[in-house]
Amino acid sequence: MATVAGALKQTRLGISGRVGGWIFYGVPLVAFLVLILPRLFLNPGFFLQILVFGVTDGAVLALIALGYTMVYGIIELINFAHGDIFTLGGFIGVLIFSLIGIVPGKDLNLGFLTLFVVIGVMAVTMAINGGINVLIERVAYRPLRHQPRLAPLITAVGMSFILEGLMFIWKGPNFIQSPDLLPGGHFTVLAANVDYRSIVLIAAALVLVVLLTLFIERTKLGKAMRATAQDRDAAQLMGIDINRTISATFFIGAALAAAGGILYGFYLHNFRFDTGFITGLFAFTAAVLGGIGNIRGAALGALLIGLIRAFNDGYGRSEWSDVLIFAILVYVLVFRPTGLLGMQVPEK
Amino acid sequence: MSVAVAARRRFSKVDWRDPNTLTYVGLGFLALIYPTLVYLINPDQGPALVSQAADAGVFVVMALGLNVVVGFAGLLDLGYAAFFAIGAYTYGMLASGQLALSPIGHEVHLPFWVLLFVAVLVAATCGAILGAPTLRLRGDYLAIVTLGFGEIVPRVFRNLSQFTGGVNAISAIDAPVLPYWIDGPWDGGASFAVVQNLKFTAGEPTAYYVLMVLIIVAVVVVIRNAQRSRIGRAWMAVREDEVAAEAMGVNTVNIKLLAFAIGASVSGFAGCYFGAKLSTVSPENFTFLVSVTILLMVTLGGMGNIPGAIVGALVIYFVQYKLLSDLPHWVAAGAGALNLSQHATNVATDYATRLNFVIFGLILAVTMLLRPQGLLPSRVRAQELQRGTTDESVFDAAAT
Repeated sequence: MATVAGALKQTRLGISGRVGGWIFYGVPLVAFLVLILPRLFLNPGFFLQILVFGVTDGAVLALIALGYTMVYGIIELINFAHGDIFTLGGFIGVLIFSLIGIVPGKDLNLGFLTLFVVIGVMAVTMAINGGINVLIERVAYRPLRHQPRLAPLITAVGMSFILEGLMFIWKGPNFIQSPDLLPGGHFTVLAANVDYRSIVLIAAALVLVVLLTLFIERTKLGKAMRATAQDRDAAQLMGIDINRTISATFFIGAALAAAGGILYGFYLHNFRFDTGFITGLFAFTAAVLGGIGNIRGAALGALLIGLIRAFNDGYGRSEWSDVLIFAILVYVLVFRPTGLLGMQVPEK
Repeated sequence: MSVAVAARRRFSKVDWRDPNTLTYVGLGFLALIYPTLVYLINPDQGPALVSQAADAGVFVVMALGLNVVVGFAGLLDLGYAAFFAIGAYTYGMLASGQLALSPIGHEVHLPFWVLLFVAVLVAATCGAILGAPTLRLRGDYLAIVTLGFGEIVPRVFRNLSQFTGGVNAISAIDAPVLPYWIDGPWDGGASFAVVQNLKFTAGEPTAYYVLMVLIIVAVVVVIRNAQRSRIGRAWMAVREDEVAAEAMGVNTVNIKLLAFAIGASVSGFAGCYFGAKLSTVSPENFTFLVSVTILLMVTLGGMGNIPGAIVGALVIYFVQYKLLSDLPHWVAAGAGALNLSQHATNVATDYATRLNFVIFGLILAVTMLLRPQGLLPSRVRAQELQRGTTDESVFDAAAT
């Protein structure tokens, strides 16, 4: 046993340095050049089509990954419940839409008003979802902040189960339909149909990510978040209200997840209580790939994961996509645990 | 004479006020009389109840194994069912007609007793391969990697349908056969056999029950000895303060890897037994719910305490497979007694079947919040979990 572990340790040490960097970038590059690039020339239309799917998928994923990365950055907790917070956002969105009379299949034709309705509903959903996440943090994670690390992790798994269970009781095991308020139609580039809906979705995600970046970098609360993430004790000594800052982080994370949930519903039309479980796992992989704790990294990682999944679905066999993405998680952890853009968590 | 003296000395050293001793004795006694008891009380249901007890034993074994990972070494393994699946599929593929349908094109029927150890080896190898890269990183990465692993392994078994039968599952797996020197080559009139009529058949589950009890005893002895040895102290040191442990000369990566691999191998062991008892192995048997159920057993019972894990496993098994599965019938009966309409009865029964997730989540979260040391705490672990609230510096040093 010891010799096996010793041998593995040696290999591990051998691949983490410069050689590791070569492997980390080299293997995907070679895979891209050999497996993907030739198809661009064989059938550029199909390639472009897949690209659009991948970027759209990545945009939704980014909204979830940001929540993981922010929470991990500030209190070093893998918030297992975050994937379910995403599903909950979608559920609440569908509920609010149905309350104001927008149900799937009904043709409303609101015209330009749609934009305002969607933004309004999205804002309300984001606020409710954010509030729920703040409540979860207050009840389940805050009392355990000074316990051994295992305690909040297990509680997070418990919260994930509670959320899934509540949604299961609420809607049962069937998929629920979401209304679709994205514009129809498409334009054609190189024989590829680019839907307007994809463009809108990507734009919406992009706006949210840019807003978040501005918020973190320009506002006082954003500064407090960065300070708390860097050194909680020192931040407290500087007069920052730690609890309020952490609550704000959970609020923003859940709000973005709710936006992601609504957009996911628009785009794929249906989801059910456990949709967020595997989606959350992908989002976490994206956050690790980009460098956990790093906002831009999470967005970049999500984009890449979305593309990889789309390429595998398009050119490979889709039932292996989950396995591939998980393999990427392990691959990143082996060769470059800090991710593409570098980890931003406190060095204690 | 010396044996008797030694036994008496050993016996006089036992601390009878220790709750753990009482639990061991109580559980041992219960395990001995259980089959007789159920046949006496409820002869019709006797075989079914004994069979259920053997199934509960599978979870006891897994809880014991996960307790090594979570309780002793303080690592969170959320994909424990994956190793269970690996063990079960190892047995299923190497002891059935399944491989005749695969590209290999030839049936393999290895004996159960050999495959028990093959399954352990395979599971431990998978654990080491998965753990080696991730255990060098912070502990919580292991949680997410094992979570992913737990999701992937059943999918791999489902996707590789030409080898594993995919969604159709492997069925008609061989039952274990006792070696001749126990069962006797004089099958039928087995007058010379050590044990008579102890057959591994579905209708007569006593043999499975006996085997399960023996497996549990063996696992408890091995794990308890590991815990009380140098390895166990190293686990404790790593769990409490990894930096200090490393400074004291503990090879933290290897010791964590050892805990992880032992946990994986125990799960593989349980999986092999599970495949043999059920005689069918399907990817649906190894979902995330199973991993969380086992985590729940360890957490509720008391992390780091062997009798705690056993009791937790039995309690949760009872809750899940007895209370929660009977609840819809009770609700239906209650609704019938209240003369509710058919529709209302159906709705109420439907909701009763959906409580599973919430109850599990609540038990996990509430245990961690209110009684993190569990029902039957280990003394060391209880102090650790309570002291953490007042002594921040310990947490900060350990968090590096």
